[in-house]
Amino acid sequence: MSTLQATQSRVRRPGYRRRLHRLGFILPAVAFVAIMMAFPIAYNGWLSFHEWTGSARRAPQYVGTENYTELFTESERFFPAVKRTFLFSTVVVAVEMVLGIGIALLLRNAFPGHTVIKTLILLPMVATPVAISMAWLLMLEPTIGVFNKMLRDIGMTPQPFLGSQSQALWVLMVVDIWQWTPMMAMITLAGLLSLPDDPYEAALVDGASSLQSFFHITLPLLVPTLLTAVLLRSIEALKTFDIIYTMTRGGPGFATETLNTLTYVRAFEYFRLGQASALLVVFFAIVLGISVIFIQMRRTVSARQAI
Amino acid sequence: MTNATQPLGPARSLAISQEASASRRRAHIRRILFGTLRAALLVLVMVIFLFPIVWMALAAFQSHIDIISPAWGFEPTMRNFEKVFEEYNFLQYMWNSFLVATFSTLLSLLLGLPAAYAIARFHYDWLGVVLLAARIVPGITFLVPWYILFSRTGLNGTYAALILSHMIVSMPFIVWVMVPFFEGLPLEVEESARIDGASMLGTFVRIALPLAIPAIMTATIMSFIFSWNNFMFSLVLAGDDTRTLPVAIFNFITYASVDWGGLMAAATIITLPVLVITIFMQRYVVSGLTAGAVKG
Repeated sequence: MSTLQATQSRVRRPGYRRRLHRLGFILPAVAFVAIMMAFPIAYNGWLSFHEWTGSARRAPQYVGTENYTELFTESERFFPAVKRTFLFSTVVVAVEMVLGIGIALLLRNAFPGHTVIKTLILLPMVATPVAISMAWLLMLEPTIGVFNKMLRDIGMTPQPFLGSQSQALWVLMVVDIWQWTPMMAMITLAGLLSLPDDPYEAALVDGASSLQSFFHITLPLLVPTLLTAVLLRSIEALKTFDIIYTMTRGGPGFATETLNTLTYVRAFEYFRLGQASALLVVFFAIVLGISVIFIQMRRTVSARQAI
Repeated sequence: MTNATQPLGPARSLAISQEASASRRRAHIRRILFGTLRAALLVLVMVIFLFPIVWMALAAFQSHIDIISPAWGFEPTMRNFEKVFEEYNFLQYMWNSFLVATFSTLLSLLLGLPAAYAIARFHYDWLGVVLLAARIVPGITFLVPWYILFSRTGLNGTYAALILSHMIVSMPFIVWVMVPFFEGLPLEVEESARIDGASMLGTFVRIALPLAIPAIMTATIMSFIFSWNNFMFSLVLAGDDTRTLPVAIFNFITYASVDWGGLMAAATIITLPVLVITIFMQRYVVSGLTAGAVKG
């Protein structure tokens, strides 16, 4: 080995070693992601072109695009589930945002007991969803539930709530709104507290009313925060599983079946794994598409505000 | 405008001061009205948000007769709690939940903290994007392949399967919380440590991690809560011996007639630790829940 080469390799070695060290920081995480995330997603794609019941004795059978065509030609459960998923997510996120902004405004200025309220309001979203579902099941119980008890006490007709095909989905929306409005309120509040004071002082000098300064200063400045909150909530709302599956299992009939519960039932109750995989691919694409739209929207808004 | 040029008589200045004090009084009344309205609305909001939780806890102390009776009053009893522990083997499920939540959190920290540091300092942006995707992808997407994978490797129904599956939520979340925090740490301290001869790992462990303790607290608490509350993964992957609390509770209602008292006692027991953590660690929970939503 010539001296020149030796020097070169000595010079190169620290850089190479540093890169190796840096890789050491991410390698365990990358391995985990590859095995637990990348493999499952790829496997789903592969399985969606096969028919399989999960049996070890009978290997997956290649069926081409049959699972997909079956999905899109079957109108009884798939399309209604897609429609319900969107209806559910749109309604809950919209209501949660409006109520969340309202609650954030109530909490904006400090007052005695401020922290206590800010703590207690977190409880619906941190409490175990399954436990919460059970509490709501008891309250909504048609004969012994507190809601019908109250309705009877004030002389109104008791309602079937989750037992009714027309009411069940809306009742589940109420539970979701109860659970997640605090999240919107917390994010909006954090956004409110980080707003600059100057525009408000200027508005005060110009004699703007508080309603005017809300619509012309607060709301526009909050748009990036609100968009992020709506993005995070929409992703979660589209995937809602716990409260729906534990409270109605998608019923009565299929009245509360969403993409997530439909996929679960196809995979783990019917064991039609190929079909379930095709559903997953579609579900995945929908959630990803919506996320990309929101992220793009937020980027546009931030860019416009920066100018 | 013409008034202003005239000298003010004593009567006129009196009128002005009366008018001023009247408007001040009006403003004062308005403020009181506004304050009362706000207080009333806040009370209403709190009642709505706490009612189901309080109702659950109250029902846990009621006998079956009191729960199904149309009257409002009840005789408190501990019977439901005794039953939950004696007849339904709840201690085992609590232990399972605790074990899975603890280990999935610790392992996620072990993988997530160095990864977050590397993303922040060495700009592995692609890894950040991949982990963000993990938060977007519906969890059920992973479940079918895992189920097959774990069946093949004999891991189905073991703690290992549960811990690994819960990590798919915790690890990306930890990275999501930690990356902005590491990015915000001043580089100078780390650089001077490097100049003094500390290794990359040494700098990370001895300089960056101690500075990041508040964010690590947030990440740890939230990751524990997510795992404790997780239902779907455990529903599919847990075995009879490794069943966690949410799945155990869900199995309650599959019985023909629901034991509401026992069910509410169980629901109260599972919710209690999370509520206590939240009340005492409010600051960390808030920053965990709003992480990434507010810039700067």
